[in-house]
Amino acid sequence: MRIGMPFALSSYTYYPLWKIFLEILGQEVIPSELTNKSILDLGVKSCVDDACLPIKIFHGHVLFLDGKADTILIPQIMSVQKKEYSCPLICGLPEMVRYSIALKTPVLELKINLYKGGEDIAHNMETFGLQFTNNKKLLKHAFQFAYEAYVKQQKALQKGFAPEWMGQNLPQNGSFFGTLGVLGHPYVLYDPFLSGHIIRYFAQTGFDMLTPERIDEDTASRYAKTLPKKMFWSAGRHLYGSAMHMAAKKVDGILYISSFGCGVDSIIADLCERIVRKSSKIPFLLLVLDEHTGEAGIKTRIEAFCDMILWRQKNGRDVSPHGQYIHCAQGIL
Amino acid sequence: MVVTFPHMGNIYIALKAFFDELGIRSVTPPFCSNKTLELGTRISPESICLPLKLNLGNYLESLQCGADTFIITGSCGPCRFGYYGVSEKEILNDNGYPVDVVMLDPVSGMGLLYKRLRKITGQKSILKVIPALKKALNIACLADMLEKKIFYIRPREVNTGSADKAYGRFKKEVYRTHGIKNMLGLIAHTCDELGTIPLDQTAKPMKIGILGEIFTIIEPYTNLNIEQKLGRMGFEVHRSLNASTWITDKIFYRSLGFYKNPEVYSAAKPYLDRCIGGHTWECIGHAVLYAQQGFAGAVEVLPFGCMPEIVSKSILPQVCIDHKMPILTLVVDELTGETGFDTRLEAFCDLLSYRRRKINS
Repeated sequence: MRIGMPFALSSYTYYPLWKIFLEILGQEVIPSELTNKSILDLGVKSCVDDACLPIKIFHGHVLFLDGKADTILIPQIMSVQKKEYSCPLICGLPEMVRYSIALKTPVLELKINLYKGGEDIAHNMETFGLQFTNNKKLLKHAFQFAYEAYVKQQKALQKGFAPEWMGQNLPQNGSFFGTLGVLGHPYVLYDPFLSGHIIRYFAQTGFDMLTPERIDEDTASRYAKTLPKKMFWSAGRHLYGSAMHMAAKKVDGILYISSFGCGVDSIIADLCERIVRKSSKIPFLLLVLDEHTGEAGIKTRIEAFCDMILWRQKNGRDVSPHGQYIHCAQGIL
Repeated sequence: MVVTFPHMGNIYIALKAFFDELGIRSVTPPFCSNKTLELGTRISPESICLPLKLNLGNYLESLQCGADTFIITGSCGPCRFGYYGVSEKEILNDNGYPVDVVMLDPVSGMGLLYKRLRKITGQKSILKVIPALKKALNIACLADMLEKKIFYIRPREVNTGSADKAYGRFKKEVYRTHGIKNMLGLIAHTCDELGTIPLDQTAKPMKIGILGEIFTIIEPYTNLNIEQKLGRMGFEVHRSLNASTWITDKIFYRSLGFYKNPEVYSAAKPYLDRCIGGHTWECIGHAVLYAQQGFAGAVEVLPFGCMPEIVSKSILPQVCIDHKMPILTLVVDELTGETGFDTRLEAFCDLLSYRRRKINS
């Protein structure tokens, strides 16, 4: 069977896991193209207008695959960690797609729910694999291989390599001007179209880029525990923990790349900004992307941010020309 | 310590009675208004949903009345509401209000919840607190029943507006009433007053269901008094979610592993088979039930950017086609204009009336 895999949202994290698992079970996996203008347009036209940009792009990828494969894989990721959830839109993704698009191709749902604990992802994947084969040994084998590939990808990301679809020219060796913390969901950061080739661009600016993927789960969780209430989104916990880790490591600047309408970011980005500004003097920039964003606009702002950091290193004395910090946390604006 | 709480539909009636009964000093914030929203929006994050902006507005207005401790309940996700408490505390402290936000949620364990509850009730005997809580819950149920009665009267009353007049008096009187006994008396009095309103017995109003996100459904300011508008246009309104049912369902039924209205979930099953946060599951279930009960139509109200309701928004068109019941979706936020809202509502109601005439002929 030819299985179409929309290259959006969770695929940016779990692509090798799903691809290799299905391939060992004898299925052919057809990933959609990297996001481009026509995919975005397809998505924006078919999706509800209130949804966030990555969700719209996912709809575009599904439409792109419609008719090109025998079935389309749509993950239903309720939870990837005990007592934590995904964002509600990701939880309800199969339903959203099914009722927004009149698909010609049937949908294949991959259910992952680790909320209650006890079960692990292997169990979820093997239950999913039962529809292709009854061979329990093969399923176990397939999962093991797939998981190894996934771990390998995560390790490469942790070392600072860009994912393979973005070109292999990272990391840059040599002396860096400094380290920039770049926060954002993987499906925003590593989508070359959505984020305006941000990773490739950073490789040229001479700054070392510290992404949430470079910070390991345990460190992030430890920092996230400083929150007064348990963070119930896995993505939110990791982002918040990463931001606090970056602040503790005294990076030269923190850049938060968010997409318009993202509910997780509306809480997390705001909390990160407030706490980073309160506890340190690290510059913080929040960039919100949507379907009208031009690449030049993103670059201008990042360039200005990087220039500012460089000036600051050279001769800035942390004195704002305004005389005071201009930020709502200080109660001026 | 002076306690205050955000507005959410009729909850203020029960909470005020509860605090007065126990002798805890409390401030009931003024009803939500444009000023409340403006105050709240000024200090809120840009893309947060409407309820947080209104909550902050309520807090700021209560602060002027002398409150220093804020109470908020919370869930454990995956909707943003679960993190309101933390976010609100940060925002208020950053803006120079050193206030305390007490989060009453079971996430961090029952022990902590009990400790936080004791922080508010102080040294009062737990044997006094629990019966008061029980009675307050009863008041919440009665207040919702009162509103249900008004939904019935509005399209049938001979003199338009008489039910609203009585209810307006009731709302004003609540602020001046102390203690559970007096509050119960006030509710009973208003109930009698509503009973004397002359009704047109021949009227056969069409029914409209209100679906969507619970805060926007039950807080009349956010939905621009949609129930009153529909009622005056001659429609009988049914609200899918109420504050009292929400509390009883969450506290009593869910903790025992049951659902209060299992038929809602089974009705939603062909479309959605699990809880994805907020009230999406209930929203779909109620839409199907309304269609089966022969409602003329339904209106879904949601705040802009509400994550769970975006999912129901994409499912509802299919429910609409399958069950042949028109559903209107209205998104509200601080930029909602009343005229635009009214126009769409009127057009929808006209459509329903034409449809009924066509079916009848």
